[in-house]
Amino acid sequence: MKVTIKVNGNQVAGEVADRTLLVHFLRDVANLTATNVGCDSTSCGACTVLMKGAGEAGGGKSVKSCTVLAAQADGCDVTTVEGLADESGEMHPVQAAFHAEHGLQCGFCTPGMVMASVSLLAENPSPTEEEVRTALEGNLCRCTGYHNIVRAVLAAAPAIERRSA
Amino acid sequence: MIPAPFTYKRALSVDEALDLAARDGADAKFLAGGHSLLPLMKLRLAVPEVLIDIGRLGELRYVREEDGHIAVGALTSHDELSRSSVLASELPLLAHAAGQVGDPQVRHRGTIGGSLVHADPAADLPAVVLALDATLVARGPSGSRQIPVGDFFQSLFETVLEPDELLTEIRIPKPEAPSRWAFQKFTKRGIDWAIVGVAVQGGSVALVNMDQTPMRAAAVERALAGGAGPREAAVHAAKGTNPSADINADVRYREHLARVLVGRALEESLAR
Repeated sequence: MKVTIKVNGNQVAGEVADRTLLVHFLRDVANLTATNVGCDSTSCGACTVLMKGAGEAGGGKSVKSCTVLAAQADGCDVTTVEGLADESGEMHPVQAAFHAEHGLQCGFCTPGMVMASVSLLAENPSPTEEEVRTALEGNLCRCTGYHNIVRAVLAAAPAIERRSA
Repeated sequence: MIPAPFTYKRALSVDEALDLAARDGADAKFLAGGHSLLPLMKLRLAVPEVLIDIGRLGELRYVREEDGHIAVGALTSHDELSRSSVLASELPLLAHAAGQVGDPQVRHRGTIGGSLVHADPAADLPAVVLALDATLVARGPSGSRQIPVGDFFQSLFETVLEPDELLTEIRIPKPEAPSRWAFQKFTKRGIDWAIVGVAVQGGSVALVNMDQTPMRAAAVERALAGGAGPREAAVHAAKGTNPSADINADVRYREHLARVLVGRALEESLAR
């Protein structure tokens, strides 16, 4: 079937099998390979992207793209970590905070962690540490780097507020 | 992991969904958020030939007050339930429990209707809806019918719905004392299914994962009706249950958890 998804602001169309998963559409059709396939079973969150249906407000909600069909995202807006930086290449505050706070070790979980964090901060602009930990329960880091990840999200919150002020 | 091949069809109205289901019958499955069905299909435990995507049926996404009850559209997501102001004041048990399902990403996609028709005894919302004495509304080729939730769950992953019937609405009577609720579940990790769980609303107590279907803790309810206190009533929590043994827990451990969690939940519901 033909699937058209607006990925990071660009219309991407492809003729794909009905059973194609969104994560494979992003990696193999849109050629955006930052979104990783981790557990492939809705647990680890490495494949987290933002998805927004037609007519929905805001920047989209976090979803695990290993558990969404490309067909379900047909006509939707999807944002991957490649789409976060602005036109000049300046990193999104969440990316900058992960960099500054060293919120990663091997980096495999990072794209999903960053997207889940962007979604969290859109829903709750000034979370407590406890709320950050709870909101990231669907994202696993096997390097056990959670402390710096939580620190990064807490540091990003005021930076996003300043940016939108 | 990729599902076995299937044909994807998208319904843009309930009528169209029912037409498609009537055509493809037992070979078809409705797809809502897909967070129960797609994982099963990736494991090839479910191999439908046709998927009928109902995910865009906005007409089934609502929470509203109608005379004496709360009507919840079957496609309302767990995230939407957890943020509903109507539920926060009228059915805080459902709002809270929906906010405990899976993780944020799962709650953005998963729906209450999907969770109920999937009928996993380890899922949270079937037991919550059972404790709330809901009535489920289904539409099929011969019209609409109302099913008391106590008759809905038949066995493991099995409900009374026919393949060409679609769950459209969950009707929940307003509890006399909305604030007398509690929800407890025991998991090893936050995102896991409950090893055992319990939902309490007033004198109604329902158990997660203590049988092939969600179940009411009838002996506990009888004790409460007879004037027993929380701890006294909770002693009966494992009576009439038939829990499975698996990698997480054996039968005796689940029975113990049921007694402990029911006691905690009853105390919590009375302390609000």
